[in-house]
Amino acid sequence: MLWSSLLLAVREVRRNILRSFLTVLGIVIGVSAVITMVTLGNGATESVRQQVENLGSNLLMLRQARFRRGPPGSAGASGPPPFKLSDVDAIRERIPGIAAVAPEIEVNSTVVAYAKNWSTEVVGTTADYFLAGSWELAAGRFFNEQEANSGATLCVIGETIRKELYGTTAMPVGESLRVKNFSCEIIGVLKSKGQAPMGDQDDKVVMPLGAVQRRLAGSRRSISDIMISVASAEQIDTVKLQLTALMRERRRLAANEDDDFNVLDTRQIADTLSGTTQVLTGLLGAVASVSLLVGGIGIMNIMLVSVTERTREIGIRLAIGALEREVLLQFLIEAVVLAALGGLLGILIATIASVTLAALMGLPYHFDVGINLISFLFSAGIGVLFGYMPARRAAQLDPIDALRHE
Amino acid sequence: MSALLEFSGVTKSYGQGDVAFQALRGVDLKVNEGDFVAVMGPSGSGKSTVMNIIGCLDVPTTGSYRFRDVCIEDLSRNERALLRRHFLGFVFQGFNLLARTSAQENVELPLLYRGEPADVRAAAAKRALAQVGLAGWEHHTPAELSGGQQQRVAIARAIVTNPTLLLADEPTGNLDTRRSHEIMELLASLNRNNGITVLMVTHEEDMAAYARRVVHFVDGLVARDEVQEQAAGRLQERDHAVE
Repeated sequence: MLWSSLLLAVREVRRNILRSFLTVLGIVIGVSAVITMVTLGNGATESVRQQVENLGSNLLMLRQARFRRGPPGSAGASGPPPFKLSDVDAIRERIPGIAAVAPEIEVNSTVVAYAKNWSTEVVGTTADYFLAGSWELAAGRFFNEQEANSGATLCVIGETIRKELYGTTAMPVGESLRVKNFSCEIIGVLKSKGQAPMGDQDDKVVMPLGAVQRRLAGSRRSISDIMISVASAEQIDTVKLQLTALMRERRRLAANEDDDFNVLDTRQIADTLSGTTQVLTGLLGAVASVSLLVGGIGIMNIMLVSVTERTREIGIRLAIGALEREVLLQFLIEAVVLAALGGLLGILIATIASVTLAALMGLPYHFDVGINLISFLFSAGIGVLFGYMPARRAAQLDPIDALRHE
Repeated sequence: MSALLEFSGVTKSYGQGDVAFQALRGVDLKVNEGDFVAVMGPSGSGKSTVMNIIGCLDVPTTGSYRFRDVCIEDLSRNERALLRRHFLGFVFQGFNLLARTSAQENVELPLLYRGEPADVRAAAAKRALAQVGLAGWEHHTPAELSGGQQQRVAIARAIVTNPTLLLADEPTGNLDTRRSHEIMELLASLNRNNGITVLMVTHEEDMAAYARRVVHFVDGLVARDEVQEQAAGRLQERDHAVE
């Protein structure tokens, strides 16, 4: 009986193929919207995570606290004290399990080559920077410890700078780059890392700390942050604690004072950022699922019309001995088959849309079995929910009236 | 012959209070197994109501209707549906076939509800269609068949389950004279050869002449109930002529 009801339902769907399609259009759109949103959202989350991990593995960032706590106008409202080069040495010497420590000064500046201008970020740092940031070279070499300390006018440029100033093919190692009012020699080109949530990671010029401090930074020559690369992931939490204790000691903070610096780790940044995209994904999915509900109402509407249209047929079936529940089942199955077919069509469209959009947006694509299964079952469930009322109406028809119905 | 169905003091009224309409006002009727009964009467005489009650589509307001010694008024809606499924066949004036559905699928429908497997259904449907003279028309839809052919499909659908009782509500009402006689002969032969009891509502004396017994209804009561010996005789003559 169940099998033949299924066949009957499929035949009924096929008989009015256009109407069936229009009936389930709401479900199709709903399902494909939900799946596409969630799939793309997951892709975005993963992409953010990847990009943050690109910043460097097991990386800790030591930053100035942005706001000085305490009443405005009180002593020290000018901000927390800057980091010093001695802080870098102290971290390196006193905390075990550290692979690299690199101070950073970031200055925005215009760089010039071959009469072309480019506004970029110049980073002053030490040789550890390349290790801490997991940078690799496309050509040339990094600067070494001595060069960094001497403040030589050398630089390693990012892929974006190379492309903008030197064209697409040439590797400008050995050429000179004019930075603000002095010129420096390009000794290396960094391999591209692409976009990070905070911008283009390849749009930078890396120079020895001393050179930037002396020639570019002007009055803001203090170290803005310190990058610390931890040797293994298990040690991150220990290193973080030790780092906090060390910095509190060096900055002479009393026990009741809050930290005037932050220690961030890339995992944390990744979690925070991907948390945001996950919330957004959930929101978009929820909005899209409203259209599923609207789709269900569309099915109920057409099923009610169908019951009215087929009153005579129902009368015939009842007269030749169909039970109430058999008629109910027939119409219910019809609604479920419609909704489920809509769900399948939605999954198909969603897959095509997700693959295309993910490619266009440069996001990774993964077929998410969970959301596809849930959407499919949900759409079938909507068929049951919204098909029940019309089906019950059909089953409870009086056969005499139904047979007389024109 | 034993009584297949028996009405005793059956009344049926529709509506309530002042607007109540009494369609049947105490009908006593007995139909024996194997009989061929024509029910006649003007519109509003209650013959359709009688057919609905006999067909278990409706129940009496008072009085009792026994089908094979079962009191129908005691049965639930589902039990009456099961009784229809297993003992009754219906033929309607308007054929009432499923549109856009092949003759064979129409005939298979009652078997579907009996839970017969597909091959049994197909074989039985083909046999029934052959019996009404429609072998070779299995895959035509009602729209592709003439009125007479549609009514034959409807008869095939009614007899495919080997019913005890065949109820025909003005089966020739929508057909011309020639097709009407063909349909009547079909019903008569089913009655004679398959032992199916036939109960038929008709307006036309010609068609009623095929029946062995004619019951006239007037104003919700049985006015006349006569056995036509000549009906059987005439059919036999006809059979001889064919031979």
